[in-house]
Amino acid sequence: MSREYEIVIGLEVHAQLATESKIFCNCSTQFGAEPNQHTCPICLGLPGTLPVLNKKVVDYAIMAGLALNCTINGYSKFDRKNYFYPDLPKAYQISQNDFPICSDGFIEIDTEEGVKRIGINRIHMEEDAGKLVHEGSIDQATASLVDYNRTGIPLIEIVSEPDIRTPAEARAYLTQLKQILEYIGVSDCNMEEGSLRCDANVSIRPLGQKEFGTKTELKNMNSFRAVERALEYEVERQKKVLEEGGEVIQETRTWDDSLNKTISMRSKEEAADYRYFPDPDLPPLQVDKEWVERILASLPELPREKQERFVREYALPEYDAGVLTDSRPLADYFEACVAEYSDAKAVSNWIMGDFLRLLREENLEIEEVKMAPANLARMLQLMDKGVISSKIAKTVFEEMFKTGKDPEKIVEEKGLVQISDASQLEEIVLKVIEANPSAVEDVKNGKDRAIGFLVGQVMKETRGKANPGMVNQILKDKINSL
Amino acid sequence: MDLCDLSIHELKAQLEKEEITVEEVLDSFLQRIDAVEDKVKAYVTVTGTEARERIRAELEGSLAGIPLAVKDNISTEGIRTTCSSKMLENYIPPYNATVVDKLNEAGAVLLGKTNLDEFAMGGSSESSYFHETRNPWNLEYVPGGSSGGSAAAVAAGEAAAALGTDTGGSIRQPAAFCGLVGLKPTYGTVSRYGLMAYAGSMDQIGPITRDVEDAALLLNVISGYDPKDSTSVKREELDYTAFLQEDLAGMKVALPREYLDLVSNPEIKESVLAAFKKMEAEGAKVEEVSLPHLKYAAAVYYILATGEASSNMACYDGVRYGFRSKEAANVAEMFGNTRSEGFGEEVKRRILFGTYVLSANSYEAYYVKAQKVRTLLIKEFEDIFKNYDLIITPTTGDTAFKVGTVTEPLESYKMDTFTVPVNLTGIPAISLPCGFSSKNLPIGIQIMGPQFGDGKIIQAAYSLEKILKLGNKRPELEVAQ
Amino acid sequence: MLARKDVEKLANAASIKLSESEAGKFAGQINELLEYVEKINEVDTEGVKPTLYPVSLENVFREDKVEPSLERDRALANAPEERDGQFRVPKIMG
Repeated sequence: MSREYEIVIGLEVHAQLATESKIFCNCSTQFGAEPNQHTCPICLGLPGTLPVLNKKVVDYAIMAGLALNCTINGYSKFDRKNYFYPDLPKAYQISQNDFPICSDGFIEIDTEEGVKRIGINRIHMEEDAGKLVHEGSIDQATASLVDYNRTGIPLIEIVSEPDIRTPAEARAYLTQLKQILEYIGVSDCNMEEGSLRCDANVSIRPLGQKEFGTKTELKNMNSFRAVERALEYEVERQKKVLEEGGEVIQETRTWDDSLNKTISMRSKEEAADYRYFPDPDLPPLQVDKEWVERILASLPELPREKQERFVREYALPEYDAGVLTDSRPLADYFEACVAEYSDAKAVSNWIMGDFLRLLREENLEIEEVKMAPANLARMLQLMDKGVISSKIAKTVFEEMFKTGKDPEKIVEEKGLVQISDASQLEEIVLKVIEANPSAVEDVKNGKDRAIGFLVGQVMKETRGKANPGMVNQILKDKINSL
Repeated sequence: MDLCDLSIHELKAQLEKEEITVEEVLDSFLQRIDAVEDKVKAYVTVTGTEARERIRAELEGSLAGIPLAVKDNISTEGIRTTCSSKMLENYIPPYNATVVDKLNEAGAVLLGKTNLDEFAMGGSSESSYFHETRNPWNLEYVPGGSSGGSAAAVAAGEAAAALGTDTGGSIRQPAAFCGLVGLKPTYGTVSRYGLMAYAGSMDQIGPITRDVEDAALLLNVISGYDPKDSTSVKREELDYTAFLQEDLAGMKVALPREYLDLVSNPEIKESVLAAFKKMEAEGAKVEEVSLPHLKYAAAVYYILATGEASSNMACYDGVRYGFRSKEAANVAEMFGNTRSEGFGEEVKRRILFGTYVLSANSYEAYYVKAQKVRTLLIKEFEDIFKNYDLIITPTTGDTAFKVGTVTEPLESYKMDTFTVPVNLTGIPAISLPCGFSSKNLPIGIQIMGPQFGDGKIIQAAYSLEKILKLGNKRPELEVAQ
Repeated sequence: MLARKDVEKLANAASIKLSESEAGKFAGQINELLEYVEKINEVDTEGVKPTLYPVSLENVFREDKVEPSLERDRALANAPEERDGQFRVPKIMG
């Protein structure tokens, strides 16, 4: 028989920090170089070399800690995590064990039951390992090749409390975390390039039970969707094990995206003892109040704050504010438009509508958009002045988006100026009335829909350039006077 | 006496007066190497060709044209650096240690890389993968270690001076065994960049020289803040030769009685006590003090040093450089076989012990406990330095031993009690000749100072050297053949 | 007291393959050494802070600046085995 279970999830997220150089040497962190092009005696772990800490890494870790509501610890230090693997040059990873740079933070996520707080246990700094390519598949390869370009790229590991209760919450947490890290600019959070990686700990327990169930650790999930699916799969798997009278084994499982399931990698018995101890090559860190305050002062507005401000300052619906603050570049774009054109809702409509649609269609980043925010504002002004109709505006907008040209120039080049000359419009209206006697009859009989048809006919005659308000008025006047 | 028997400052003086040429100096050293190296075996690699090439250019600097040797655990670009291990038999570093760059900038001429106990783990130079180095004072005896090759080379006239490294006494003990001056500077004074780590929290590079003046000259060249070493200390740069003054008046010297109790050879005790007498005659005030935690020093040292070493040795996995075992079905086997075949017994033993003390179950009981006793030891030394300028002790409990006679690991570990406190506390210490035993083996005396008191111990050592007037006694190698 | 199989476990953690006789010999020596270092337990360290670093330094940094890496040929020059600009190792599994 089926029982009710509570799901307990904790996430460990590794985010590469967006520094220019590696954490302990001056090699570039740029993605996509030829194998082993970005290596030196230090990141290759050649005997005798020593690490020197990149200050920006600490700044970024503190910044992430502040954005995630953490305590920034005055004292922290680096430790060695010892294990053998070909992608780890020194056979130890420099990380932080018992004194991480940040602890005790939280992220707020939206759930069906409202806003929920997910605790963050700690954030610590560490170095990334290299990349292994297997000649063939991992289980059938005869050899593997190692590229150490990634070795020594700075990482922060963000460890959540086991506060997450559904796979959907896990996804919401990740989405929110990614948004925050991108906002403050400490990480590119690009999952395809591996700059954001997530492992999950998951267990289930009968509802009401206090003790945690036995957890499994899930690895190798390459998208937020994969995290959600892996967790869904794993929860069902654990339920099945329990319901069949079995026991969940503490183990590491890897997510296979193509098979859509988790596969056991190693059990706890084989789990490594990392023999952590303080790295004698790196003096400890003392982060004082001034340092924290300096970072705090440089911390940009965070997504939630910005969303609230947009509602308050621009009188936007929550929904609009949410969409517009989804990324910092988008929010900045919006605000640049609003600075030139005060009807925020009108700007919001254009951005949420055509702007985002075109962005998707053209597969562009906001930074790549040619259309200047001021041009969108000027297009809206042209509409207000009656120079272009809203229909024409759509054409102008697409053209601006694709070419970056001024709206005035597009209107002029394409002859898109709205016809607001009454005598010119009267002439066309009379032609339309003559050609559509039955519709005119309908209008006379009070069928309002028919007027729309007639307006449409005028627009067709003018290829959309007629001023719709004027056309409406002239039509009514003419029909009434018939 | 040949040119190769002169000290650096003597060679410098003659070169400056143009009484001799750089070529003559180099020739003299290379001839000596040719004559005695097959008996002394001080070197792993002799770089005579490179040295001749180098002196073709006009050399400038405080060591212009001075032929020196460097211990083979210090990285030299383009010159193989082996740590006297099969693991690195063919490893050619693509970079220079900071000290090597500094020697080059000062115009020194590198004669070669000297032998050591494998990865600097040992006190006799017998654990080298390549060969045992012999003591030039008596070829049946060890030169000490781990910088035994450096000490033997200088004692035999195969180098004017040499760099050694000292993690638990590896400069001072071979200097004592070979009748030389060996200086372990305050931790952080000399850059460790390029020193192949044994235990990074204690490793320090220093000079092994014929006299105290040379030690000061070399320290001037190799010391100084290095941004590549995070543990290097930013301080005002000192001219250590300014401390070459004969002045012991009013100097307060502590003599820890526990040290004397540990001395196994009465001739050493006698010799050291005689030196104290002479110092007192020059106005120094010597008093006995107690170092109750000394007896734990070697235990603390072996826990901490092997723990660090187990991690430092992990990079030798056969992937990027060095030896790789041919036999391996997969990468884990490759690691296991490579490290099994590539490391010698002493290295393996220390790695295993270090792995044990860092294991989750023993970390608190051993490693953290040892770190705490280290704190007490530091405090004990600091307390003494509140009342005394110097602590002076014998450098070793006995003179050099015969090759092949110390075979029990624990036996040799215990001998290090004399020297390891200096590394555990980070303070500077210098060993200088104090006399000779009835077997004509050198005896060393160790002068310790407070952190960054390197100048102070140089002054005391210089003064003591003048008082003791041991002269330029050299081993009579060629006669003894 | 460490048994031979404990030493084998340590050797495994340290990636050193030991023969049976080596493991037995090391077990004896390590036990002897453990017995020797055991005496530090006599010392009262109540309230004593562990020393992690021999000199008191903190906040030692470098600026976030890119400098040229090692030429790839030189990075690979000491590699026991190399292919396509990468370090080649035996297969990971099996």
